[in-house]
Amino acid sequence: MNEYIENRLTVNRRHFLGKMATGIGSLALGSLLVPDLFRGSGEEVDGFPLGMPHFAPKAKRVIYLFQNGAPSQYESFEYKPLLNKLAGQDLPASIRNGQRLTGMTANQAKFPLVGSHFQFKQYGQSGMWVSELFPNIARIVDDVCMVKTMNTEAINHDPALTFLQTGAQQGNRPSMGAWVSYGLGSDNKNLPAFSVLLSRGKGNGQGVYSKLWTNGFLDSTHQGVVFSSGEEPILYLNNPEGTDRTARRKMLDNLAELNNLAYDDFGDPEIKAKVQQYEMAYRMQTAVPELTDLSKEPDHIIKLYGPECLVPGTFAANCLLARKLSEAGVRFVQLYHQGWDQHGNMVGEMPLQAKDTDRASAALITDLKQRGLLDETLVIWGGEFGRTNYSQGTATKDNYGRDHHPRAYCTWMAGGGVKPGTVYGETDEFGYNIVRDPVHIHDFHATVMHLMGLNHERLTYKHLGRRYRLTDIAGKVLPGLMA
Amino acid sequence: MILNEKNVRTLTTWLAQNRVLLAVGTAFSLLLTAYLFSCSHQTTAVAIAIPDEVDYNFHIRPILSDNCFKCHGPDANKREANLRLDTEADAYAALKDNPKAHGIVPGDPLQSVVWQRITTKDTADLMPPVNSNLKLTGHQVALIEKWIRQGAKYKPHWAFIAPQLPKLPQVDDDEWPRNEIDHFTLAKMTEMGLKPNEEAQKERLLKRVSLDLTGLPPSLDLQKRFMADQSETAYEKVVDELLKSPHYGEKMAISWLDVARYADSHGYQDDGLRTMWPWRDWVIHAFNQNYGYDQFLTWQLAGDLLKGPNNTPPTKEMLLATGFNRNHKITQEGGVIDEEYRIEYVTDRTNTVGKTFLALTYECAKCHDHKYDPILQKDYYSAFAFFNQVPEKGLFGTIDASFADPPNMKISDQDVKDLLRFVNKKDTASVMVMVMKDRDTLRPTHILRRGNYDQPADEVTASMPKFIMPFDAKRYPQNRLGLARWMTDPKNPLTARVFVNRIWQEFFGRGIVKTVGDFGMQGELPSHPELLDWLAVDFRTHQWDIKRLVRQIVLSATYRQSGVISEDKRLKDPENVYLSHAPRLRLPAELVRDLVLASSGLLNPEIGGPSVKPYQPKGLWEVATSGRGSLARYVQDHGTALYRRGMYVFIKRTVPPPSMLLFDASNRDQCEVKRSRTNTPLQALAMLNDPMVLESARVLAEKLMLEKTTTDEKINKAFRLILCRTPREKELSVLQHYFADEKSAFTTTPKKAVNLLAIGETPPAHLADKATTAALMQTLLMIYNLEETIML
Repeated sequence: MNEYIENRLTVNRRHFLGKMATGIGSLALGSLLVPDLFRGSGEEVDGFPLGMPHFAPKAKRVIYLFQNGAPSQYESFEYKPLLNKLAGQDLPASIRNGQRLTGMTANQAKFPLVGSHFQFKQYGQSGMWVSELFPNIARIVDDVCMVKTMNTEAINHDPALTFLQTGAQQGNRPSMGAWVSYGLGSDNKNLPAFSVLLSRGKGNGQGVYSKLWTNGFLDSTHQGVVFSSGEEPILYLNNPEGTDRTARRKMLDNLAELNNLAYDDFGDPEIKAKVQQYEMAYRMQTAVPELTDLSKEPDHIIKLYGPECLVPGTFAANCLLARKLSEAGVRFVQLYHQGWDQHGNMVGEMPLQAKDTDRASAALITDLKQRGLLDETLVIWGGEFGRTNYSQGTATKDNYGRDHHPRAYCTWMAGGGVKPGTVYGETDEFGYNIVRDPVHIHDFHATVMHLMGLNHERLTYKHLGRRYRLTDIAGKVLPGLMA
Repeated sequence: MILNEKNVRTLTTWLAQNRVLLAVGTAFSLLLTAYLFSCSHQTTAVAIAIPDEVDYNFHIRPILSDNCFKCHGPDANKREANLRLDTEADAYAALKDNPKAHGIVPGDPLQSVVWQRITTKDTADLMPPVNSNLKLTGHQVALIEKWIRQGAKYKPHWAFIAPQLPKLPQVDDDEWPRNEIDHFTLAKMTEMGLKPNEEAQKERLLKRVSLDLTGLPPSLDLQKRFMADQSETAYEKVVDELLKSPHYGEKMAISWLDVARYADSHGYQDDGLRTMWPWRDWVIHAFNQNYGYDQFLTWQLAGDLLKGPNNTPPTKEMLLATGFNRNHKITQEGGVIDEEYRIEYVTDRTNTVGKTFLALTYECAKCHDHKYDPILQKDYYSAFAFFNQVPEKGLFGTIDASFADPPNMKISDQDVKDLLRFVNKKDTASVMVMVMKDRDTLRPTHILRRGNYDQPADEVTASMPKFIMPFDAKRYPQNRLGLARWMTDPKNPLTARVFVNRIWQEFFGRGIVKTVGDFGMQGELPSHPELLDWLAVDFRTHQWDIKRLVRQIVLSATYRQSGVISEDKRLKDPENVYLSHAPRLRLPAELVRDLVLASSGLLNPEIGGPSVKPYQPKGLWEVATSGRGSLARYVQDHGTALYRRGMYVFIKRTVPPPSMLLFDASNRDQCEVKRSRTNTPLQALAMLNDPMVLESARVLAEKLMLEKTTTDEKINKAFRLILCRTPREKELSVLQHYFADEKSAFTTTPKKAVNLLAIGETPPAHLADKATTAALMQTLLMIYNLEETIML
């Protein structure tokens, strides 16, 4: 045994590759997924191994249904009848309590409270309140842990999104998915550990930015890889016209032969690694389209997610694709659905946004559950902040808008070790301030990491002299959220 | 082979990662994992030998800094037990709560509380505390013990002492060194039991130096001339020719654009167009004109505060150079709080200047005193004050309100004719560029509590930390010009070192100080400290001459070595820290594109101008946009604009060009001093399927088909164009067979040949024999995909 170790061990990636390249076919995986292992001194993790959880995980995988633009809590899951009662009255200064305002409403003379235009009812054993815009999510509330008290520090989209995704408002820090990829690696040797799916709704959009799924200072192999259910599911995957798989195989065989000649000359193990990367690329060319092809899904699945799921680039298609990627072992599937920024025309846009997302979101939970995967898959649904309880501009009888509100908003989670059928935290009657159990973004991160079996304080990366982590210098794991 | 904890961890981790896939099976590897864990505790027994003389800077400070300074270091607010270990006086002093005890008692580890606490069995007393997740290894503890026993001598941090010109080390082999650099590297190699490689084969050396100096592969003509030139100075002549090429400036600019976070859009959510490209053209110009680094630095930091000729106001060129400090992201999100973002821009400038010119992690002192380096929060805001004088707004306007927020300057046709001849303006419309300017009245700068824009505390004035070099307000004006003078002062310990180190990284893949962005306490120590100092002093005393520095490096025997990695060297120096062979480095993203386009003859070698939009997979911008502004849709260019160099590919910050990101280019979000170099299947897919590569293979195949040469000659020529060397028998034979197979395949399926050749917008050549052309195209595509093709 000692001899084995002595022969094999060296810190260096190049050397390591050289030793391992010939013997083990999964080399490409190691290099693709956890290249940080092979780095030299100074940039390695203190005292614990990467690639495995720190303790028994509750969730093996995450699907994050990010609702980009900030869906209004008051028209979805936060039932505040007082706002209907006090409609038109000014938000009391005692409630606002110094909260800063965005440039869009800072100059308003009045802050007229406005209640939901949409009806709320209680659903399920848990009796959770849900608005009429989300009838399907209403049916799965007993699987859901509804957090009423998410709160953030940013008040504008870009920094708030960046904060929620990377743990810092500014700065090129790694995204949640990149951290998980770095900490746990992938369960599928033909797929990246961190995948990203994008869709656009019909409401006022704010765009997404690739820095949201950046690897930051981690190795770029932890970067989120954007997938679609369209013609080319990942960039440059398809062979050009006039080339087929047999032709490609032939080229790769010849290529390997030539590369091996170079290896004889230079003795550089990176050459062998390159050959392996080409082999993995070749495998991905069949594995990925098989996975992203939704046309072969059985009828009952199409019915579940809705006919829209056959249209590439829709939220429904992405939910179904997310389930397939996750089932295939992708650790972190990150969806973004844009269009939730209802500064005005809440009554017109909110139903459209809800319609885009309600059925497929619920379908995903149902689908995972029927496959026995919900227990080990954590699903998260929510935006970057909430919206104000007062109207931006004048509220008319038929319409109104809401500005950004960072102090309290709703996010729900399901599966993966969260407490089902529960409401976590409470806001005041105005929905403006938290009265019980706040969930700061750092706490949310710490808790998600905990569910994944990772200690958020120990999953660090030393960069420019400092050990960074997703939760910066804060974050508490919240047991109350967990089953 | 030495076994230490790190090694064990590496294997353990690797095994853990791959355990399901290991042929030996899960059970066995779990067993092995468990075994390795258990033996990791014993490894200290066989650890690396303790040196005879323990040195504070090299052995002790890295341990203390990494494990202790966070709570017992410069940050007074977070200091535990009033104990400070980063200065000698504090570490020796009596403890506040127990005046009889001392943190460190020189010569007596047993009496030193530090020693007691790091060795105690009592976990409640143990340092570092268990909950810090930090743990000293046996080796580290042994080093500290010996250091205390030897008198616990502190030394100032190496990087904060101005470099002196060291003597050249004696070397046994006086044949090998070609210049001073080689004395240092050879001495180190000898010390480590290594010998340099032989010189690289001529063809390979030419490829390396040509790509390193111009970013382009050598032309066939240059290859021929160089191979034919048998004189002693053949290589030197080539180097001088390449240094004169206008493409030299382009190559040198690429990494500067990373540092300066240059991009073609504003960043943040709507991410509208900006027109900073004339500044990028200036950078290329400055390198080509070989401005001294002192001028290069001063103009970028403070061009607007300089005088033009005969005491006139600063020239437009000086002004343009200051665009450096306006390259940061700018928001166009309606409703943002103005001051929050204005502060953010000043912060970005402060951090960028700290990292770029001083390799200090200034940003760590924004919210509190620095945890490791003696930078106080007050120092941070004193530096901040230099950049806090710009008459600017956090939000000037929403999307497309401006391509260049004020302060800005206009560049007209007349300007281009008169002075800014290097600005590649494509039409008669004038172009606006953001530049620096100071307000007429001083804007007071405050320390911001916890870094928050709305929590001002004490007022500070513009200054720089004393520990680097005192900022004498009598000698330097208290503005950016004073800052530039302070940086280029011969006594500044950092400026020259930091720059030569980054240039070194350009050529050897790693800096002499590996952490090129951190020369502080937590940074790595230089692998060749004397060489770094020699280069720094030599550079400064030769008018900060960048071309001269580059020439020295590429003419050294160290640089000219072959890239062959022997088993022995791989074992002794796996990371090639001691440079006993040339590093084999993959080309940076932009150069991958340049190499492909140049070798196919498609490259449009035009320099500068507005950035271009070549082929890009459909829908990338569209799916991510807010829908507002002129960059909501990707409107691809046509014609020769498709074939510009990689550095001119349009960078929209929220959706950077995919082929660049795949090959580790910066997303230009923030200042970046080092890129990673990965090797992934996504890169393989890009090389195989990117229309840019396919079209290059097609066009080159067509060109070769039009030549009246044999197939072997065509393959041979393509090989020399792409790999820049003649193929060997064996290689040629593989290629010939592959070509023959492909040809017969395409002959039986002519439709496939037609489809394959349809790639790209370059009009097809009129060739009757589609099968042969397609087979040749496939063969060239294969050559493009060789590992060696995109390696230096």
